[in-house]
Amino acid sequence: MQQAGPMLKVNDVHKSYDRDDVVKGVSLELAEGEIGCLLGPSGCGKTTLLRIIAGFETVHNGEVSIAGRQVSSKSGIVPPEQRNIGMVFQDYALFPHLSVTENITFGISNGNRKEKRKIVDHLLELVGLGDTGEAYPHELSGGQQQRVALARAIAPEPKLLLLDEPFSNLDVTLREKLTVEVRDILKTAGITALMVTHNQFEAFSVADSVGVIFNGSIRQWDSAYNIYHNPKTLDVATFVGDGAIIRGVVTGPSQVSCGLGELHGNLSLPCESGCHVDLLVRPEDVLHDDSSQVGAQVVHKSFRGPNILYKLELPTSETCLALVSSHHNHQLGETIGIVPEVENLVIFPATNKLLQPQ
Amino acid sequence: MKPVTLYRKQKDPWRYIVWVLAVFVLVPLATIFSSFLTPEQEIWEHIATTLLAELLTNTFILVTGVACFTAVLGVSLGWFTGACEFPGRRFFSWSLALPMALPAYVMAFIFLGLMDFSGPVQSLLRTVPGFENQMIEVRTAPFVILVIGLTLYPYVYLLSRASFMNQGRATLEASRTLGLSPVQFFFKVALPISRPWIMSGLALVLMETLADFGAVSIFNYNTFTTAIYKSWFGFFSLKAAAQLSSLLVFFALALVMIEGLYRSRMKYFDSSRGGAVHSRLQLTGRKAWFVTAYCLIVLTVAFIIPLFQLIVWSFEVIQSGEGGGYLDYILKTLILGAMAALLICLASIFLAYARRRDSSRLSTFLCRAATMGYALPGTVLAVGIVLPVAWGDNLVQKVTVFLFNYQPGPIFQGTVFVMLGAYLVRFLAVGFGSIDSAMQNIKPSLDEAAAILGKTGGETLRRIHFPLLQKGLLTAMVLTLVDVVKEMPITLMTRPYGWDTLAVKIYELTSEGEWIRAALPGLYLVVAGMIPVFILIQKMEK
Repeated sequence: MQQAGPMLKVNDVHKSYDRDDVVKGVSLELAEGEIGCLLGPSGCGKTTLLRIIAGFETVHNGEVSIAGRQVSSKSGIVPPEQRNIGMVFQDYALFPHLSVTENITFGISNGNRKEKRKIVDHLLELVGLGDTGEAYPHELSGGQQQRVALARAIAPEPKLLLLDEPFSNLDVTLREKLTVEVRDILKTAGITALMVTHNQFEAFSVADSVGVIFNGSIRQWDSAYNIYHNPKTLDVATFVGDGAIIRGVVTGPSQVSCGLGELHGNLSLPCESGCHVDLLVRPEDVLHDDSSQVGAQVVHKSFRGPNILYKLELPTSETCLALVSSHHNHQLGETIGIVPEVENLVIFPATNKLLQPQ
Repeated sequence: MKPVTLYRKQKDPWRYIVWVLAVFVLVPLATIFSSFLTPEQEIWEHIATTLLAELLTNTFILVTGVACFTAVLGVSLGWFTGACEFPGRRFFSWSLALPMALPAYVMAFIFLGLMDFSGPVQSLLRTVPGFENQMIEVRTAPFVILVIGLTLYPYVYLLSRASFMNQGRATLEASRTLGLSPVQFFFKVALPISRPWIMSGLALVLMETLADFGAVSIFNYNTFTTAIYKSWFGFFSLKAAAQLSSLLVFFALALVMIEGLYRSRMKYFDSSRGGAVHSRLQLTGRKAWFVTAYCLIVLTVAFIIPLFQLIVWSFEVIQSGEGGGYLDYILKTLILGAMAALLICLASIFLAYARRRDSSRLSTFLCRAATMGYALPGTVLAVGIVLPVAWGDNLVQKVTVFLFNYQPGPIFQGTVFVMLGAYLVRFLAVGFGSIDSAMQNIKPSLDEAAAILGKTGGETLRRIHFPLLQKGLLTAMVLTLVDVVKEMPITLMTRPYGWDTLAVKIYELTSEGEWIRAALPGLYLVVAGMIPVFILIQKMEK
């Protein structure tokens, strides 16, 4: 039966342990085939939320529905084994006494041996592990184990796949390669998935929509592009990507005056003239131009190969970051000319706290 | 669409397993306590006037004596083999655990056979001029303490040794740079750090001492356990036995609390992070050989001589043609042991798995209750189980007479089931211990993965935990089997007709002073008892 509504619907879910609120009124939806990601620092409640959706945890308020069927509410929960979902665990949780094939077929309840064999062959090919069917988990590398875990999770054709920090045990190069691969696999198989991670690059490269979660509530649920370029709250702006927050005053319908001079662009918040605001400046918003009138002093720099990330002190003694081609190699203490190039002015109501890059 | 089936996690049926097993322990305990709360004046007066003073004095002397003796022996040996270097250290580190294989009652009859008035030692002594008319009374408190202490010191030895080895290099080197001599280091640093381990070892020793029935009855040394047995089978007063049990159980429970207290302190004192590399105090010259001699003497007295004597006597018995009569006993012992081990391990698996699924405070408490039976002396347990079973049988009797005017006779009384139930309570902790530690090596995410893949609790247990537990399961089977085989008072007091085990046979033979004829069954038990000791040693050496 084709579901008309969303595949996953989480509505105003609350969860607390010993009066400590871990999840505070989270709502989200995933359409069929959509890949979502919960991004947040450790201890923000994202893993608890995932475990609530899996059915390992009860809820104190709110509801969870999978494919239109309510599975969690405060009056009770459907146990995980009856939810028809798949999950990839942080430590993979492969059964050490079963071979790769046996692991993958573990969750397939119907079908004879031949049919199972066919499914396994298909999945092994899909995850790129053609001839390891007879191997045991301990004989595989970390990346291979990860792929087996994915194949095992999607073998029973779950309605929803959950991934709990699936790349955190892998080294950096392998991680980048696998994030892309996993996204391709999920999209090929048309699987609805929700991933949890603290790593924004993983989130950006795998997910269609990203939810940034702090202190048990989702601050923004949006595309990766918008999360980065149009953060809705100050904590999203500072958690995602590099950048600086500097003080400014709104001087017109699309004009802000700040330490970088007069900036023109669309205001992210409707603001009257004279209003004090905090302005987000990304490193790529600040261009280097020797002919510029605006000068800033280099206080720190880190060489990144193709470019250099400069930390600059503005005349207002605020600091901002600038990403500059590494042909322009300046010394610490040197004053260089900069040109701000901002299309959208991301502003927040002024706070007294200044968040400056480290 | 199908109606939504919701269930609360709190109603996971697995949790009731913990409850059921806890009830098995709590019913005997409650029975014993209720007889403490409802004393019968007559019986109580009789006990108080005739027995109580002697029992309390004897128990106090025994417990104090064994505690001091095993503390000195166990800690000194633990220190030497754990923290020092001397000739033969590697050999002694494991061999000094061997006396655990000797049940105290076997040690007791060997000792009496050797040291009694008519035995070889005193006979030899009387040939020495000046000693012709000397007679040493060996059935006295100091010798009971010696015999029991020699079989129980390994508990203190193993735990204190582990602790001394744990302290690592940093503690020793820091202390020495602060100007402490090795002797000062021992008393000021090593010993205080090891206190939780030593105390918890001592608590185990004292539990065994309080529970001992075989050795004290061979020595005719009256304690609570022998008094309980006599009032039941001598005076046929189950009431008096229960009354006496209720006093003993208080001591036992006090020890459980002491043991738990010190066990929980271990983690605060765990200094193993302070440097895994272990450096030993190098003993040299006379000191080193003195320590070697000391270890050798303990090993000889506690293990080599008794084992040698047992073998010599066994040969005598076999040569006189009496060696073959034990096949039936061995068979009965093994059947009983295997049944009990199977039951205990099955219960342990379910208990460990149920605990894994439900870690609430209630189930933690009940699980502790269910595994508390190891502290209950067999005599007490026998009384505590037979009483409610008899009561239950009577109730059934009354109901059937009332309803159908039919008397079925005792249903459970005097059957193997009562005995198996008592073993389950007494040894559940043994099986649970090794299965639970194996269970904890299985990552919890495996349980979750199986659930996500649609498997129920039972299926997960069968397909994931059971195959992964095999090694721990085997250990648990062996350990419980051997414990049941060596068990004396429960078997003696609850066995149905015809279910005589080797331990019961030893009791019968030794109560008639037939030391030599008891040697062969004794040897069988010692050989069986070595298996768990070797398992332990193997783990220790890793």
